Amino acid sequence: MVRSQVLICGGTGCTSSGSPKIRAEFETQIKNFDLENEVKLVQTGCFGLCSLGPVVIVYPDGTFYSRVTEADVPEIVEEHLLKGRPVERLVYNDTDKKEEDDTHLDTALSETRFYKAQKRVALRNCGVIDPENIEEYIAMDGYAALGKALTEMTPEEVIQCVTDSGLRGRGGGGFPTGRKWALCAPNKAPQKYVVCNADEGDPGAFMDRSVLEGDPHAIIEAMAIAGYAIGATKGYVYVRAEYPIAVKRLSIAIAQAREYGLLGKDIFGSGFDFDLQIRLGAGAFVCGEETALMTSIEGNRGEPRPRPPYPAVRGLYNSPTVENNVETFANIPQIILNGADWFASMGTEKSKGTKVFALGGKINNTGLVEIPMGTTLREIIEDIGGGIPNGKKFKAAQTGGPSGGCIPESLIDTPVDYDNLTAIGCMMGSGGLIIMDEDSCMVDMAKFFLQFTVDESCGKCTPCRVGMKRLMEMLEKITSGKGTLEDLDRIEELCHYIKENSLCGLGQTAPNPVLATLKFFRDEYVAHVVEKRCPAGVCKDLLSYTIDKDKCIGCGLCAKNCPVNTITRTDYVAPGHKLGSFEIHQDKCIKCGACMANCKFKAISKK
Amino acid sequence: MKSLAELQKIKARMQDRVVLREGSGDIRVVVGMATCGIAAGARPVLNEFVKDVSEEGLSDKVTVSQTGCIGICQYEPVVEIFQADKEKVTYVKMTAEKAKEVVEQHLKGGKVVEQYTIGAYQS
Repeated sequence: MVRSQVLICGGTGCTSSGSPKIRAEFETQIKNFDLENEVKLVQTGCFGLCSLGPVVIVYPDGTFYSRVTEADVPEIVEEHLLKGRPVERLVYNDTDKKEEDDTHLDTALSETRFYKAQKRVALRNCGVIDPENIEEYIAMDGYAALGKALTEMTPEEVIQCVTDSGLRGRGGGGFPTGRKWALCAPNKAPQKYVVCNADEGDPGAFMDRSVLEGDPHAIIEAMAIAGYAIGATKGYVYVRAEYPIAVKRLSIAIAQAREYGLLGKDIFGSGFDFDLQIRLGAGAFVCGEETALMTSIEGNRGEPRPRPPYPAVRGLYNSPTVENNVETFANIPQIILNGADWFASMGTEKSKGTKVFALGGKINNTGLVEIPMGTTLREIIEDIGGGIPNGKKFKAAQTGGPSGGCIPESLIDTPVDYDNLTAIGCMMGSGGLIIMDEDSCMVDMAKFFLQFTVDESCGKCTPCRVGMKRLMEMLEKITSGKGTLEDLDRIEELCHYIKENSLCGLGQTAPNPVLATLKFFRDEYVAHVVEKRCPAGVCKDLLSYTIDKDKCIGCGLCAKNCPVNTITRTDYVAPGHKLGSFEIHQDKCIKCGACMANCKFKAISKK
Repeated sequence: MKSLAELQKIKARMQDRVVLREGSGDIRVVVGMATCGIAAGARPVLNEFVKDVSEEGLSDKVTVSQTGCIGICQYEPVVEIFQADKEKVTYVKMTAEKAKEVVEQHLKGGKVVEQYTIGAYQS
């Protein structure tokens, strides 16, 4: 009889920080202490607090252990699982509350600042259930929404429910999901399709990956519901091959769903048939664009096609198709079960529900967070994210990856939803949220994302293929100190041209990082151009390292570490020192910073 | 899967397993599992509670957990039952048989088994 459960995170983050070893050690130790019949080990999906991984949670008390190592396991098993005393030194605790009664430590995850402000809908089962066990999903009301839809609702009612909920596409565009389904439903065709877009490609984004890894059945259930609503009997999940854990868990989940008759023929005795297949993407960013994705599923080179006709009319294999993103699907079962009003009660006027963000960059709690729409950026950064490390100052938040823009400090109190972000020239995007502090150069950031889209442009249309390349060259000119103020105007003009003339979403949004930084941080661009200076000290061509000859004691560590041997000793001996000081010859310097990193006397500075 | 009833059956069967993860129920049964408690035989008591709570279908209301030494080693195995708005009940010198009774009368019936409480031993 099981009295305690140990949940070990099996998400990608914790797996790479060693959770499989910890799991094996738990198995051994639980045997050692003869607790096999009392304690059950469960491998789950991502808990969200990836920076503290590997993460282990012990129930029923919900004690949250962070950064667990193999060596800690025997202690946890003996002290906590056998004797009931949580190993306090491993307990993650950032709660504001103090111990109120000594029998009930505030060790629970739900009490931490990281989780308190969150509202988990799409991620509700991530980190709670074993994703490889369909019965655990069923125990959490899994497949009840599909059952309800098939036995109690007409397809029209399902679509109406999704429409009324106000759910909008979570992949970035924000198109109302109910309307998308309603556009597809009336189209007559021998075969229709439901496609799940799991080609998550934004640098730093891992929301969809975590949902697939932590709760794959939710996606299967939602796709079947979508199939019923629009009259499709076939579905595809297009997921990148770089997500091996997600692919494996999804494959297991599909096999289990077939075995339980939740995929296949005559589901719930309703006469409705539905089945799913996985298609692996090779990792091209453009395949996240819906028409390119469908082209890729068809077995062709992943290139977008002009719209209209929209996929709802002519999509996959020229048949009517509904394509939604993973996170969008993850919300569907909850909407069907709890009703449209429940979902619409969360969020803001035009953006309902919650949004998952992958929090990254210069922030203490790197990880996955789900917040109600309308939460301010300040709450996300300061409360949930735990602030900026090393007491640095917040500069900007980048949303939407290479398609998005940035939110400067002056707008940190903006409630985050689709329309507010669009209004300030930003974009919700799929949920990558990269925090930057004062050490980040905004021109360099724009260049980074632009380089990404230059590499990922499929080359089919000229504005994107050539325009982006030219844009990149102009940015490089600026960061190397050769730019002029006229270049700034030309950059802006070209950005608008690319946006207006590109074929697909990739090109139409690719100039956004440049436009947004130009709008909010024009002074930084100007500093690069006029003063030939990078205010954040990032752009190498505008930096020079110098040695303060009076601080230099002549130890020679800088010269020893210089990879290009451009530091030599001079005849000058600083007062109080015995050896001649060193100097850097700028002509050969590659600005690697190795001298500064190795100087123990803070004699080297960069400007 | 041919009917909702079938799905319900699986859900009911699995309920015990996941309910544990939804946080504690209204009632908390805490068994002293320090060295003194274990030596005095707290393991079978704990197991009995876990088994009976599950068998009686009380899992959604009752959480069974362990704690360390509470300082009255001579009375081990000690079991404390916490319930919101009610006074804590401390049972002492417990055995598996007594545990069964406590589940039946206290947890199910809401009636404290006076003769096993610390008050009964001290008076």
